[in-house]
Amino acid sequence: MSTHDNTPAVVDQTTHDRFPNPGMPPHRPRRADVDERASRRAALQVVIFFTLSALGSIAFLVAYYVIDPELKGTIIGIGEINLFHAALGVTMAMSLLGIGLGAVHWAKTLMPDEEVAEDRHPPAASDEDKAAVAQQLSHGWRSSQLNRRTAILGSAGGALGLFALPLIVPVAAGLGPRPRGELYRTHWQDGLRLMIDPSGAPIRAADVTQGSVFHVMPEGWVGHQAFEEHGAEEAMISKSKDQVILVRLDPSIIKSQKQRDWGVDGIVAYSKVCTHVGCPVALYEQNTHHLLCPCHQSTFDMTDDCKVIFGPAKRPLPQLPITVDDEGYLVAADDFREPVGPSFFERERPGLLMGDDA
Amino acid sequence: MTSLAALRRSPIALLVVLLLGLTFTGTAYAALQPTAPTTDVAAAATQAEDVEEGRKLFLANCATCHGTNAEGVDEVGPSLHGVGAASVHFQVATGRMPLPAPDVQASRNEDQVKFSEREIEQMAAYVASLAPGPERPDAQYLDLEGADIAAGGAAYRTNCAMCHNSSGSGGALTRGKFAPTLMGVDEEHIYEAMLTGPQAMPVFNDQNLTPQEKENIIAFLKFIEEGGNAHGGAGIGNVGPAGDALFIWTIGIGTMIALAVWIGRKAA
Ligand code: FES
Repeated sequence: MSTHDNTPAVVDQTTHDRFPNPGMPPHRPRRADVDERASRRAALQVVIFFTLSALGSIAFLVAYYVIDPELKGTIIGIGEINLFHAALGVTMAMSLLGIGLGAVHWAKTLMPDEEVAEDRHPPAASDEDKAAVAQQLSHGWRSSQLNRRTAILGSAGGALGLFALPLIVPVAAGLGPRPRGELYRTHWQDGLRLMIDPSGAPIRAADVTQGSVFHVMPEGWVGHQAFEEHGAEEAMISKSKDQVILVRLDPSIIKSQKQRDWGVDGIVAYSKVCTHVGCPVALYEQNTHHLLCPCHQSTFDMTDDCKVIFGPAKRPLPQLPITVDDEGYLVAADDFREPVGPSFFERERPGLLMGDDA
Repeated sequence: MTSLAALRRSPIALLVVLLLGLTFTGTAYAALQPTAPTTDVAAAATQAEDVEEGRKLFLANCATCHGTNAEGVDEVGPSLHGVGAASVHFQVATGRMPLPAPDVQASRNEDQVKFSEREIEQMAAYVASLAPGPERPDAQYLDLEGADIAAGGAAYRTNCAMCHNSSGSGGALTRGKFAPTLMGVDEEHIYEAMLTGPQAMPVFNDQNLTPQEKENIIAFLKFIEEGGNAHGGAGIGNVGPAGDALFIWTIGIGTMIALAVWIGRKAA
């Protein structure tokens, strides 16, 4: 019934003999193959490479902890550079290159290098072949000389075991000290004036006109003065959690009573730290009253207590309760009443982080 | 002669000279005085004319969207009461208004400015006559003399950079709106934009950013426009990580693939 012919087309047998088989090029033994001294020297070189790698890994760890990260120095041909970074780069290069060079040198000088032609065989190897493979493997094992040269095996193991450390340790160490109460508090407190950042001028309620936006820091933590008084690190920490955005809305469009109560005649202050991963949310569109985070486009509705209306942020921005002092300037009425910024594991359970201080 | 010389030295002479002097100045002042009111009257007259001319221009070009009395048309154009001369000058002199077609936002188009500087002044005078609003900036804050570029940079980074980008090249907002680039924008237009808050942009009144701080910001922008912020390397449009990522994913990865193919060929 079948009209199909599945047999292969008949091949003209004569084509096979058109060219003579050139065969394998003659095998040239290497120095190490014939000279026992050369082979021992090569093995020693391999050990040196692997040892250098291990030393590089250890030197990296030492440099990471010992050298001052700000240390500068001049290197001829390059100019002034950060020596901490240079040391990390050089030692990590040693650690990785040592493994690479050792392996290449080992393969080139000591591993067997005879060219082998392998004939085609049926998909499943015959028992004979399997036995041959097993034998070849053990032959390979023997000819790699690992059974004799335990030093190579040991140094290679040491290098491979250590080289991951330069990658892992900085990541683990870079997580910083375990935070305590500072995640729950900012520098804002009752009576502290709202100051324009970076000029440091106090703000009269009357000056906050509708449609304008003020970028605000707490009194004593503004601009250069904060750097001089508290040092760069404290000033940057303050900037990263105290920053506030201040706008005036028409009170009739504010949807939340709490938002109105915590503000002054429609003037409301919100934390500028995104509840997603903490970028400064500062793109205020005065015609839509949307507040946009530039990092992942979370959008907060300022007329509705800064609820999230778009994007990956999960919680509304915390509102800073404000009021007016005797001289007509805007002041905070309290600290934020919830932690500002992104979520963290212990957010709802301060006791886990703070222990007795909670 | 001797008697005259004697008289000259008498105290009476001083009195006479004083009286003469006072009389002369008074008369001269009286003689010149009438001219002053005339200039005032003339100025008032030109101003009234400007407002009138401006009203005509407004009716012909703007009233369709903003209403015949600039009171605004719902869903079409906002009221212009209280926007001030600065706003009119900014919108018209940058070619944003009249809007060629309804769009998410008006863009700068200085080739399309349809009015002379004089006509823009007249329209501004008309709109300013409807309700008080911000006036055009004083020239002393536009010459950038003695401006503090570093302070301008600090104020720029706090107040402007999140939308307009730290290198002034603009950025995206929500729903198709965007903050335009600030490179190549006239000093006065930048000042007026801060003062009036066009479209989605908030207002920065003089209590928020003083005129001096505004001048500092403009000086900073002009400084980076001239390359003051360039630290070497290719800027790739200075639009931030998006440009860099585009570059590395197309050119960078493309090169790597080509190299891998080439190495494979050689080995075969
Ligand atoms: S940090 Fe604001 S959206 Fe991701």
